[in-house]
Amino acid sequence: MSARVSALKARALRKSYGALEVVSGLDLEVAPGECFGLLGPNGAGKTTTLRLCLGLTHPDAGEIELLGEPVPARARQARQRIGVVPQFDNLDPDFTVAENLLVYGRYFGMAPRAIAAKLGGLLEFAGLAGREDARINTLSGGMKRRLTLARALVNDPQLLFMDEPTTGLDPQARHLIWERLRRLTQEGKTLVLTTHFMEEAERLCHRLAIMDRGRLIAAGTPRELIAAHIEPQVVEVHGNGYEAWMEQARRLAPRVERAGDTVFVYAADVAPVLADLRGRPELAYLHRPASLEDVFLKLTGRDLRD
Amino acid sequence: MRWVAVWRRNFLVWRKLVIASVLSNLADPLILLFGLGYGLGALLPSVEGMSYIAFFAAGTLCSATMFTASFESMFSGFSRMHGQKTWDAILYAPLTIDDVVAGEIVWAASKAWLSGATILAVAAVFGLAASPLVVLALPVAFLVGLAFAAVGLVMTVLAKNWDFFSFYMTLIMTPMTMISGVFFPAEQLPRPVLAVAQVLPLYHGVELVRPLVAGRLPTDAVVHLVVLLVYAGAGYAIAIMFARRRFSA
Repeated sequence: MSARVSALKARALRKSYGALEVVSGLDLEVAPGECFGLLGPNGAGKTTTLRLCLGLTHPDAGEIELLGEPVPARARQARQRIGVVPQFDNLDPDFTVAENLLVYGRYFGMAPRAIAAKLGGLLEFAGLAGREDARINTLSGGMKRRLTLARALVNDPQLLFMDEPTTGLDPQARHLIWERLRRLTQEGKTLVLTTHFMEEAERLCHRLAIMDRGRLIAAGTPRELIAAHIEPQVVEVHGNGYEAWMEQARRLAPRVERAGDTVFVYAADVAPVLADLRGRPELAYLHRPASLEDVFLKLTGRDLRD
Repeated sequence: MRWVAVWRRNFLVWRKLVIASVLSNLADPLILLFGLGYGLGALLPSVEGMSYIAFFAAGTLCSATMFTASFESMFSGFSRMHGQKTWDAILYAPLTIDDVVAGEIVWAASKAWLSGATILAVAAVFGLAASPLVVLALPVAFLVGLAFAAVGLVMTVLAKNWDFFSFYMTLIMTPMTMISGVFFPAEQLPRPVLAVAQVLPLYHGVELVRPLVAGRLPTDAVVHLVVLLVYAGAGYAIAIMFARRRFSA
């Protein structure tokens, strides 16, 4: 084997449900130890992509290699070294915290003693030390998420798939999950996560791919994506007369967009725009550097996705 | 043997809720057995050379096994598959949907076997099943459990919602219980009705268990065993086919 074997490699992946092609010719490569983020609006095909990579759904065409195993042919062997955090918690409500981990370890063929030896560390990781006998319905949303994460680690996986790991959590709970995920990356685990929180992607991921309508439309580090796809400065403007002002803005900046009652002005140099706005007290504005969210909205559009 | 982990998961839940579970699986059949057995039995002469309550005990063993296997594979199984998404969680591990189906069927059959075995034990304690041959009814009860668990799981993997099971329960299980010789000898039914009973699994369970309870070896035992095995095997294969379609489409 060469020194740099991909943790995950997918080539020309296709999957349709009825007449709808959910994944249309997707190429993906994740290096070992990398935190890779798959971004996309609802319905972009992120979850289906994860299911294909795990061998839970069979592709109509294309090839997948997960930890060196061809998927779906040897998906079972690959999953022996994989952890999964699903989008919706599916902890066992009939069991305590510790029983959830014990029963899950058995699915990997682990001996009771091997699971018991890992229990303390997993509970500490999940911030649930001392709560091993708690029932699942007494846990908060953040605790359940952390326990699901601990459950995914019971087999000491090399690679973790996470489908929107912090959706529905409050900021405190989200920051704690982020801290834990960074810890996992430091330990050398490969992380593949889907998200539509740009902040999450920017903070956690070494590399990102933006996906829409079943295909990748951009990939790179967060900085690369911003540098390649969008002007570095943004001015957001709203207030009375913003529509009339848009015409003026178009003469001062290369790209001007409107979303609802807000005008977004993108440029390498926004000094003329800011100078113009200082003379217009009726317009409120915010000047900030361009972010991943601006790239995302530029590439996937501002229309609502349901 | 990966499916054993699925069986053990269900067993652990059962162990935590054992009292409620055993009570709900046994109270109904035992009340019916003693109520009808002694009450109605007092009015009846012996049936097929047995007291009515002994005759009915053999039928109750089979019908209780059938109901436990069916309820577990359908209602509890659907809850694990659909409501709790337990199957989804299992499938992230190195198990396949085939393992889940096998674990669920064997589990439901095991739980059903316990219902049948307990009824047999109660019948033995009350002197209704005195022959050592009744021990052979224990593997038969497991086979009846397997047959109904497999058919029940087919319903589960096809079900869109809970109402789906009402059709199977009302249109198939209840009439089957009436015509399969649980309450009265099936041979007294009109020919066409008997013919229907004979293609269904419960009749064959009863035909095996009743002679054993009476202390005789069943006639045509091979035929009865084969029918039950076919239901278990075909149910297993069909359940896997539809489960794969549902989970890995």
